[in-house]
Amino acid sequence: MLSPLILTTAVLNGLLTGAVYALVALGLTLIYGVLHIINFAHGALLSAALFAAFFAYQKLGLDPYIAAFLLAPAFFALGYCLQRFIIGPASHGDDRKMLLVTLGLAVLIENALLYAFRADTRTVDVAYGFKSIDFGFTFLAVPRVVAFVAVFGVALVLWLIMALTDTGKAIRAVASEKLGAELAGIDVAHVYAMTFGLGTACVAIAACLLIPTYYANPRAGEAFVLVAFTIVVLGGMGSVPGALIGGLVIGVVESLAGFFFGESLGQVGIFLIFIVVLLVRPRGLFGASA
Amino acid sequence: MRGFLTIAIVVALFAAVPLIVQSNVVLNFLVVTLMIALAGQGWNILGGYGGQYSFGHAAFFGTGAYVTAILQLHYGVNAWIGFAAGIAAGALAGAIIGGLAFRAGLRSSYFALVTLAFAEVLRILASVAPITGGGVGLLVKLDLRAQSFQFQSRAIFYLVILALLAVSMLIARFLERSRFGVWLIAVRENEDAAMALGVDTFAVKLGAMVLSAAITAAAGCFYVQYFLFIDSGIAYGTWISIEALLTPIIGGVGTVFGALVGALVVKSLGEGAKLVTGDVPGLDLMIYGAVLIMVIRFAPRGLVGALADAGARVARRFMPPRPPVREVVRG
Repeated sequence: MLSPLILTTAVLNGLLTGAVYALVALGLTLIYGVLHIINFAHGALLSAALFAAFFAYQKLGLDPYIAAFLLAPAFFALGYCLQRFIIGPASHGDDRKMLLVTLGLAVLIENALLYAFRADTRTVDVAYGFKSIDFGFTFLAVPRVVAFVAVFGVALVLWLIMALTDTGKAIRAVASEKLGAELAGIDVAHVYAMTFGLGTACVAIAACLLIPTYYANPRAGEAFVLVAFTIVVLGGMGSVPGALIGGLVIGVVESLAGFFFGESLGQVGIFLIFIVVLLVRPRGLFGASA
Repeated sequence: MRGFLTIAIVVALFAAVPLIVQSNVVLNFLVVTLMIALAGQGWNILGGYGGQYSFGHAAFFGTGAYVTAILQLHYGVNAWIGFAAGIAAGALAGAIIGGLAFRAGLRSSYFALVTLAFAEVLRILASVAPITGGGVGLLVKLDLRAQSFQFQSRAIFYLVILALLAVSMLIARFLERSRFGVWLIAVRENEDAAMALGVDTFAVKLGAMVLSAAITAAAGCFYVQYFLFIDSGIAYGTWISIEALLTPIIGGVGTVFGALVGALVVKSLGEGAKLVTGDVPGLDLMIYGAVLIMVIRFAPRGLVGALADAGARVARRFMPPRPPVREVVRG
């Protein structure tokens, strides 16, 4: 029964799912690394991005992979404005208030989507939705392989932005020493907003990669973000390589746990990892300090 | 004594409501509002006075609710004893979660995450375990007698939840005047400084967590007796975690009346929204989210704090400050 072939397929599928988890987690960890808060609105923004990708296909006939090039800047702008004009001013410089404002935004966005589009589940049917690639020993769905490759492309672009641009340098400066950066003339409010924008753009790209095989629904993002929290904690909050590796690990764990114990207990497995990591090693596997 | 007198007056005013209003719709609205206020008051003890923002108070609400229901259904325990056991079980859940989280030194975002995770784990387990009725939930048998903690008239249920809320407000007031409360506020304001001054911050936070969990669990126990039904989505759902933190923050975080004011405002807005647009899902919660952001932005001390500030401003206008004493120039 338990042939290594089936197991390999489960692991490979886990890696493919894990890559998209990693992209969602990347946005989250980026924001944590600079603002030092968990963005609880991340899931609601993912749901919103899934709807945006759905309507871009439905109303404008845009292929999700092309829509990504429009939605990423649009969601960057949305994230920038949210931080600059809502979260920043409302939090009065208090981390705990910032946390609450992102929670308020999550409730607001998710229920605005529910109010506007009801709880219906919407899917797109693109030509390649059910195509798969024959690897000789197993078949893998085309959209999932595309997503896997694209995630590493996005991670590379993000790394280049961080390493080479002035904005990237400013972001790294604020992340490591906020007061010093401020004294050196860096506009911290602007850097916060840029970071939030980048994190939100990650979510938009993740939505475009997901929509061919997933669905849009006001609560669709929630499931991903609870997993993304786990990844970010596992990989170390604020650590980019941690988010990538953590995403792949969690993808494989979920796939194998679902394979052996069934779907809902597989979920409990992820949460237990989450709680154990939080309690035993809150800085995660790659984080510098808690 | 001033605080206690105010509580007595407010409770007396609320207790007079059933004498004037007999409408079941209004009483039902008030019962639910006070129940949310009670859950919120629990959150307020830990979050408002202690500054530890839990995003998973559903863990305590649900544990109280399930223990009350399960003891009655599966073990034939009297409802009043079940109610007390539910509160104790909630306190125990608080001790376990708080003990683990505070021992690990989790603060701010991390504490919010770990409380959220515990509530989610409990929700998933309750949705599959046989003892909680799995996905179907539990129905408590209808038995409208006072000894089963079930009442024919909503007015009595209303007075019961009002009494529970009154006790929680007295606890908050005692806390404000006690040494323990001062330590707790010191932890909120600056945990490292409090520790440096010799406050046992772990014990203080744990004590607040247990008290907080017990009060929110009482709201869960009451839920079961009032609606006679519970399932995993209600007991451990995010809705109650959010409403428990929403009410004290909107009303006035770390105040005796904050949770009550917040619950009245939030629930009135929610019902108002339903009157305007019919029962469209999402609108009431959408308004809650918007109000939460607006209050944090423009009234960081909540509506109670904003009222106090406005009162002080008015007082200053009518009683101008005494002119500064002029120095007599001697020549």
